[in-house]
Amino acid sequence: MNRREAWRARALGLLALVLMLAPLSLLWTVFGDGIGVLDWQFLLAEPEQAGRSGGIGPIIVSTALVLLICMSLAVPLGLGTALFLVEQVRPEGRLNLTLQWALDGLGAVPSVVFGLFGYRLFVVELGWGYSLLAGGCTLACMVLPLFIRGCEQALRDCPQSYRQAAASLAISRVGYLRRILLPFAAPGIAAALVLSAGRALAETAVLLFTAGYVMRWPESLFDSGRTLAVHIYDLAMNVSGGSPASAATALVLLGFALVIQLLAWQIGKRPLSFAR
Amino acid sequence: MTAATQPPSLSIQNLSVHYGEQGALLGASLDVAPGELMAVVGPSGCGKSSMLSAVNRMSDLIPGARVSGRVLIDNQDVLNGAVDVQALRRQVGMVFQQPNPFPLSIAENILFALREHGVRDKRELHGRMEQALQATGLWNEVRDRLHKPALGLSGGQQQRLCFARALALEPRVLLLDEPCSALDPIASATVEGLIDSLKGRYTLLMVTHNLAQARRLADHVAVCWVRDGCGCVLDSGPACELFESARDPQAQRYLNGMLC
Amino acid sequence: MSISTPLSLRSNLDWLLRAASLGCALTAAVVLLLILLFLTQASWPLLQQPASLLGASWQPANGLFGLQAMLGASLLSSLLALLLAVPAGLLVSIWLIFYAPAAVARVYGAMLGLMASIPSVVYGLWGLVVLVPLLGAWLPPGASLLAAGIVLALMILPLLMVQADVALRESARRHLPAALCLGVSPWSAIRRVLLPAAWPRLWPAILLQLGRALGETMAVLMVAGNVVQWPGSPFAPVRTLTANIALEMSYATGPHLQALYLSGWLLLVLALLLMALARLYGSRT
Repeated sequence: MNRREAWRARALGLLALVLMLAPLSLLWTVFGDGIGVLDWQFLLAEPEQAGRSGGIGPIIVSTALVLLICMSLAVPLGLGTALFLVEQVRPEGRLNLTLQWALDGLGAVPSVVFGLFGYRLFVVELGWGYSLLAGGCTLACMVLPLFIRGCEQALRDCPQSYRQAAASLAISRVGYLRRILLPFAAPGIAAALVLSAGRALAETAVLLFTAGYVMRWPESLFDSGRTLAVHIYDLAMNVSGGSPASAATALVLLGFALVIQLLAWQIGKRPLSFAR
Repeated sequence: MTAATQPPSLSIQNLSVHYGEQGALLGASLDVAPGELMAVVGPSGCGKSSMLSAVNRMSDLIPGARVSGRVLIDNQDVLNGAVDVQALRRQVGMVFQQPNPFPLSIAENILFALREHGVRDKRELHGRMEQALQATGLWNEVRDRLHKPALGLSGGQQQRLCFARALALEPRVLLLDEPCSALDPIASATVEGLIDSLKGRYTLLMVTHNLAQARRLADHVAVCWVRDGCGCVLDSGPACELFESARDPQAQRYLNGMLC
Repeated sequence: MSISTPLSLRSNLDWLLRAASLGCALTAAVVLLLILLFLTQASWPLLQQPASLLGASWQPANGLFGLQAMLGASLLSSLLALLLAVPAGLLVSIWLIFYAPAAVARVYGAMLGLMASIPSVVYGLWGLVVLVPLLGAWLPPGASLLAAGIVLALMILPLLMVQADVALRESARRHLPAALCLGVSPWSAIRRVLLPAAWPRLWPAILLQLGRALGETMAVLMVAGNVVQWPGSPFAPVRTLTANIALEMSYATGPHLQALYLSGWLLLVLALLLMALARLYGSRT
């Protein structure tokens, strides 16, 4: 490498370093502001004074419930769709093309629009009110395309020859799915699941209009409840003096996000490749 | 077009190429006289391509590749660390097996490297492009679509464009890595005619699997072989002599079409 | 016939599987249709009088629902984000592939993965606590179009770079050796050959990220200042369409609510158009 190339490498490296300053500053800030507040008490207790003091116990529970509802809807629907796309449809057929367009379309819908949709359908039309159920259902719609794409990729990675071998042994489609395809694709599907959960966990705008922002312990799925992300937003924007608690909550959320990312790496060994 | 200077001699002496622990070529030696075409033949995996990649130092790009020995172009060792690799590659052009024009316009395929080498004058740029296209017989076929994508050309035309791309830089040595093997017979014949027309003006080193082609084109032939999992040169010499009676019995059998 | 029973049972099961998976697959399409339907329906009364929406002033209390300024702010902040993220992202991708030591590139790649997994609300929090005061000390008030652009740029950067990485590597695999054989420097080969060759795959990625930036709500809401106005400079506070929806949804009723649905409809149409453009562009090449 001659000298000019060496200088280019150095200049580009410097730019790369500068770009990393922002996320590093982010981690530094959230950690620095939040670590003082964070302890077991904070994780378990109820919020007090609009969240300035106390903890985030009910909020963690609400978040978990919303995620549970979201994934228990998205997983069967998404897996079914991916199976249909990979196994049941001719690749060049019109049905496949239409579905692919619809999926990409759904994946492009802004999250705030999902919020408007969920509010109208689940909160108003179905009469569920602001509730964990409405929030979970809306989130399921939102992560569906991401999860489907991940599963589709995992299923397509299964070699065609397995399928031909299965057909030559006169194994039924159901048998092939159960014994060969799904076990083979399981790590990829698990990675897709984890990444989709990560996306749902990070979402705020959708839940503002559907799950609401009540801070009490949720007693049923029809109760309103706020998630971690909503809590961070509310404390930072609407509660004066809420910053430390907000940063501590952000630290908890980042911790979850980190665990999810590491899980996805471990399971799937292919980070991000099918994120939208 | 005429090369700026007389073609140089090319001498490979005791050349070895290793990828990590794995040897690809061991102790290869051969001499190409100025303006002659040396065809390197032999089965797959016998280090032919590794030999070419050492001559224009493309081996530098392969992680873990180690090259030892000497490659002399007019008695200057190109493997010397002090050699300016970019200047070397300007003198040693290369054409690959797969026609690989860049996804740019036909003109830009040729002009891009010229501009990078400091040719700024519009008239000179155009002149050298036309010369290169004339030399490869492409000029009349593409003169009215110079600004169309190069990928719209047929396979044979694409390969001749790759020749033109290399020739425009006025190299002194040309490395040809199976230049006809991805082409249909008719395009292949055109490209062979082109290669034949280059003899005398450039020193050519051509890898080929096609013995008939080597016999038609080559002044000298070298036979490579795999021995103990590592490539080596069995025998080399003037084409007519070698095809008649190679000293090495293995090379003799290979050149007569008895493969094992 | 003993063999006929299990055979028909099997095909019944297969048929059931097919029906069930078709049902699942249609759900995605149905949800998209429902979204289109609901948003169009909810904003229908206002959609019929488009002239009133082009106005510059947004005063829901007085029945003025001009979306012009907020649409402008949405577009400007997203374009600004692209302007910041695309050149920087491409340059750093190039560094990672062609110049950086392998170990450094691996660590950097992992950092990008983490950066992608940071929730948008946390970016917003950082913007609010660090970026806005920083900009404010330089040119008040700090909460501004520029702040929104920077935060959006950070958010789209990781995915943009993942896609640039794929496109550039593919381009290098096909063209780098041939380009270097012509005796040009790696940098010229990248600039003159690899980047032009990669553009057909980079464009769709950029369009998709533009769509993401347009639809982003929370981070922008937290740093943009939320004043409804055409920004006179990058340092002026603005309110985007998405932020407006999030801010006013909790108390809007009647025509006001319709106007919010209409802004959602507008965002939806824009996002779908961008997606369609990206797909058409991607399939053409």
